[in-house]
Amino acid sequence: MKQDVTIKGAAHTPIIHDSAIKHVTGQADYTDDIVEPTGTLHAYLGLSTVAHGRIRSIDLEAVRKAPGVHLVLTAEDIPGVNDICPNGLNDEPLLASSEVQFHGQPIFAVIAETRDLARRACQLARIEYEELPHVLDAISARDAGMPYVVTPLKLARGDMSELERAPRRIEGRLTVGGQEHFYLESQVAFAIPGEDDEVTINVSTQHPSEVQHMVAHVLGVPSNAVVVNVRRMGGGFGGKESQMNPFACVAAVAAKRLRRAVKLRPDRDDDFAITGKRHDFVIDYRFGYDDDGRILAVDADFYARCGFSSDLSGPVTDRALFHADNAYYYPAVELRSHPLKTNTCSNTAFRGFGGPQGVVMAERVVEDIAYALGRDPLEIRKLNLYRNGQLTPYHQEVEDQILPRIFEELEASSDYHARRQAVLDHNARARERGDAIRKGIALTPVKFGISFTKTSYNQAGSLIHIYADGSIHLNHGGTEMGQGLNTKVAQVAAEALGVHIDRIKITKTTTEKVPNTSATAASSGSDLNGMAALDGCRQLVKRLTAYAAQAHGVPPETVSIGETVRIGTKAMPFEEFIQAAYLARVQLSAAGFYKTPKIHWNRDTGQGRPFYYFAYGAACSEVSVDTLTGEYVIERSDVLHDVGRSLNPAIDKGQVEGAFVQGTGWLTSEELWWDDKGRLRTHAPSTYKIPLASDRPRIFNVKLADWSVNRENTIKRSKAVGEPPFMLGISVYQALNMAVASFNDYRENPRIDAPATPERVLMAIEKLR
Amino acid sequence: MAQELSFLLNETEIHLTEVGSRDTLLDFLRLNRRLTGTKEGCAEGDCGACTVLIGRLLDGRLHYEPINACIRFLASCHGCHVVTVEHLRGADGGLHPVQAAMVEHHGSQCGFCTPGFVMALYGLWMQNPRPDIGAIETALQGNLCRCTGYEPIVKAAFAASEAGGQNMDALNVERERVTAWLAAIPKTRVDVARGDDRAILPADAADLAQVLAEHPKATIVAGATDVGLWVTKFLRNISPAVFIGHLGDLKKIELDRDQITIGAGVTYSEFEPFVLQHFPEALDYWQRIGGWQVRNAGTIGGNVANGSPIGETPPLLIALGATMTLRSTGGTRELPVEDYFIAYGKQDRRPDEFVESITVPLKGQARIAAYKVSKRHHADITASAAAFRVETDGTTIIDARVAFGGMAATPKRAANAEAALNGQPFAAETFEAAARAVANDFQPLSDWRASAEYRQQLAANFFRRFWLEQSGGDHRLRRVE
Repeated sequence: MKQDVTIKGAAHTPIIHDSAIKHVTGQADYTDDIVEPTGTLHAYLGLSTVAHGRIRSIDLEAVRKAPGVHLVLTAEDIPGVNDICPNGLNDEPLLASSEVQFHGQPIFAVIAETRDLARRACQLARIEYEELPHVLDAISARDAGMPYVVTPLKLARGDMSELERAPRRIEGRLTVGGQEHFYLESQVAFAIPGEDDEVTINVSTQHPSEVQHMVAHVLGVPSNAVVVNVRRMGGGFGGKESQMNPFACVAAVAAKRLRRAVKLRPDRDDDFAITGKRHDFVIDYRFGYDDDGRILAVDADFYARCGFSSDLSGPVTDRALFHADNAYYYPAVELRSHPLKTNTCSNTAFRGFGGPQGVVMAERVVEDIAYALGRDPLEIRKLNLYRNGQLTPYHQEVEDQILPRIFEELEASSDYHARRQAVLDHNARARERGDAIRKGIALTPVKFGISFTKTSYNQAGSLIHIYADGSIHLNHGGTEMGQGLNTKVAQVAAEALGVHIDRIKITKTTTEKVPNTSATAASSGSDLNGMAALDGCRQLVKRLTAYAAQAHGVPPETVSIGETVRIGTKAMPFEEFIQAAYLARVQLSAAGFYKTPKIHWNRDTGQGRPFYYFAYGAACSEVSVDTLTGEYVIERSDVLHDVGRSLNPAIDKGQVEGAFVQGTGWLTSEELWWDDKGRLRTHAPSTYKIPLASDRPRIFNVKLADWSVNRENTIKRSKAVGEPPFMLGISVYQALNMAVASFNDYRENPRIDAPATPERVLMAIEKLR
Repeated sequence: MAQELSFLLNETEIHLTEVGSRDTLLDFLRLNRRLTGTKEGCAEGDCGACTVLIGRLLDGRLHYEPINACIRFLASCHGCHVVTVEHLRGADGGLHPVQAAMVEHHGSQCGFCTPGFVMALYGLWMQNPRPDIGAIETALQGNLCRCTGYEPIVKAAFAASEAGGQNMDALNVERERVTAWLAAIPKTRVDVARGDDRAILPADAADLAQVLAEHPKATIVAGATDVGLWVTKFLRNISPAVFIGHLGDLKKIELDRDQITIGAGVTYSEFEPFVLQHFPEALDYWQRIGGWQVRNAGTIGGNVANGSPIGETPPLLIALGATMTLRSTGGTRELPVEDYFIAYGKQDRRPDEFVESITVPLKGQARIAAYKVSKRHHADITASAAAFRVETDGTTIIDARVAFGGMAATPKRAANAEAALNGQPFAAETFEAAARAVANDFQPLSDWRASAEYRQQLAANFFRRFWLEQSGGDHRLRRVE
């Protein structure tokens, strides 16, 4: 099929986000902005005030009598099953009834005339606890014999006796902190009851089908009674993959009970307290290497603070192991996960999904070697890069390695070698003169595996209607959280149908149109939903072409569908053609489907091909450190990142920049701090510090590797972009490490733990001073 | 006395008789007026998603600046022009230059923070048509974006500046009309309530003294950058609340030959030009107080009166030897700022008194410095802060005042360290001795902002930093080049 007009918004063009104008004018509706039906009520959650305890008594009399209160819900009021565990292990009650397992666990809900009244009423509860010992962090949990929340994973390959035989060995412990998502739009759900057993939930979620299943489960109704709608989220980052469940379920239960619309939006502090975060890890590692700096064998234990329930901790801790090699070949390797139960909120998905924590360990290993050998860490990195044909610790063959070229180009564009020398010179001068400012520079890679490791999740659907007036309605199972998924999928559809993108209306995600969807997660949104949309469009084009050929008596090869439809020697506008097709009773709607080929994974053996392909990238960052306070600035970062053939270079670049800064936040100023009572004291932006505009790299050169083409047959040969660049923030972390190492003439790795807050940086300096 | 609150909301005149002290501007916008472009991100003035512009008459001139609607009480909007993102439009009714630049540069991803960024950038665009990178970053200190990494937003700020068009902007076109409307609101006491939740706006400072005499249990609310959280986070009852942010006679800044007297209602932003002119060494410190929206709302008097152990301004004011004036119907009294802080949560203020002004001696020949350290450079609460005022006769230190925040239950001078400085040679060894001595001045806490050890180390290092800077050389991180 040929097209003779250049369409607007085709794939690979840098068009703006489809909601950009609505964003800047305040006209984009988020869940809390949807017009409320008359009589809408507001729910609020009452939370545990202890980290672990048996509930002795719950006195909610004063709550019930508080002004404006319509209903108080406890565990007993749940009509179906009091469980919102997303993985079938049934270990996460919606409302705690006999035992509370973390500070901030929901125990009851109040539904009142206004949110303020519901919130105030919650304060009147009198709950008595028999406090039980609590365990807050992973190592304490291990030492206290706390159980695993899921079966641990072991990855092993090669002959581990190489470790003992290695000419050089190092061991160490790396503590890497968690991270709060801090989506700007906090959790929110808004349930509207329907007739019989039906209910509709508008909710900010990455996983509408999960909400549908959970609400059905909690209400005790079949999934066909529950409709879940998501127009857009104000950010997700993994925090709305399972963590929306309590809000959606409470709103749904209340709406059905009261037969009124019920909205539930927690205050930001409660959102912090209730919802899970990125897992923090303590990683004990041992490795052997040779005199050249070649890694020979790696052995590591990954202890993760999973929180009180399993949630997504299984696949998260698995992915930490999958990425503990980052871009480096380990000839022999054994990695073990320890997904430990703790009395904290249940940690969950967060951009990278455990991968970043694994990658940090790989980069620590490389730096340990570099400092021990007195070499530039970049040399050690290059020496150990995978070559095609080598096996990962999970026995997948690396086939698409492009890091050597990325390194080569980035070394040149960032002027790495000259700048590293300048940094070394600066530090030498500073030492001589007693200047306070030291510098560091680091160039680090990322290799990230793309696909859900749960193979069944790698499927997607779409639904495309062409209306008789020629307007097109596009729907798919992915959700829009700012990443531009809807724009990219619409570009795919526009090109496939040969029409301008403004002919296509991108609509809300709803379980009514595409069923059984996977979470929009694992960077998979465009890969899966783009392909599903393409499939739907191809069906339509095929059907329309056949109709045109038959109706006009021409060979199908002479038909092309597009803004101008050409049929043999005839041409007509799309609208006219569609009108004719409608009158000829051609089905103008198609459901598309896609499943990722080639992938398989056996968790029991720790072997398979869990990833369809890898995405690659590298960043070079230079920092300046104030050695009297530990404060620092990122002077410059250069990024070269691989998104294959980009579906939308502007949107993809935005993903790379945003992920980079979010990654630097994780490793610098974002610190989660629980007090000894198990209260999270970094509970809101006043105390939990994500990067500001003034924290971004002073000079920030971000480029897409525009020569890269996915060797696998992905949508338009693009690659996933959501998560991989998050790990490029590690370049900043390692640059800080180098600045500190200057105090010891780079003779040993200072091994700053993450996040490298100004405090950790200064204390590391003081240790070496 | 009026029992009606009056203000302009975009193009609409608003008159309200039923307003409680706890009602926030954000809830009013979103719930009552369904202006949902303004978002709630944190309800504590730290994310900027709720940024709106507030226009006020200052000495008869209409002045617009961005503030956080989430912790702005509705009652304090009396006599103001509230401008939300819905009011922002281009001269031709299309996108405003700021909005167009944000679209063109891909400045939004999820879009939730975007209206707040647009409003902060709008405020900057009006106030500073040619901002440099430093001005842009400073203007964006109060806005969090979790998606973009900020680069495209900063580019949009430059592009909006290039586009210009300030003269055609609606707020400038309508300036005279709005000024006249606001000026016509009578300057009488306003007393409104919702049920028993009562808000009082005195007519002037004398009336404020009278109101406090009548209501000694009243909560005094100036910029509400702290009191706002008492309501949004702790659900506290602040009624009756006395709002004082509008009082012109608490907004005076008087410069004498050797001192500046700052009205208690002067905001951080309003005083910033004076910091630049008279205490330029403290400008970086000053711009690290809150974000821009917070500095536009928060007052110096409120910051002192509130008695936080961290302070922000108190360490600086104490080091500079500032005094403060408290006033009641019985008259006024003066005391050194350092004496105001008695203990944690306890200040030397009678219930019927209010802070009227603060007087700061100019620095003369003294060497001054102000340092703050926090986990994040901007818009973060201090882990440890110190301010120095050191006078020498050329070779010997004749008077050293060093005050700290975040190190004790109140902002406090470092007596041991000062003793190690006074009468000693102005030399590296002296500051090294003071760095050691300060260890005996404080027993700081460990908390989520910093450990005790880190705070102690910082306290010592501040003395080393002071000497390094005074002895020449460049020893500080530059945020902006």
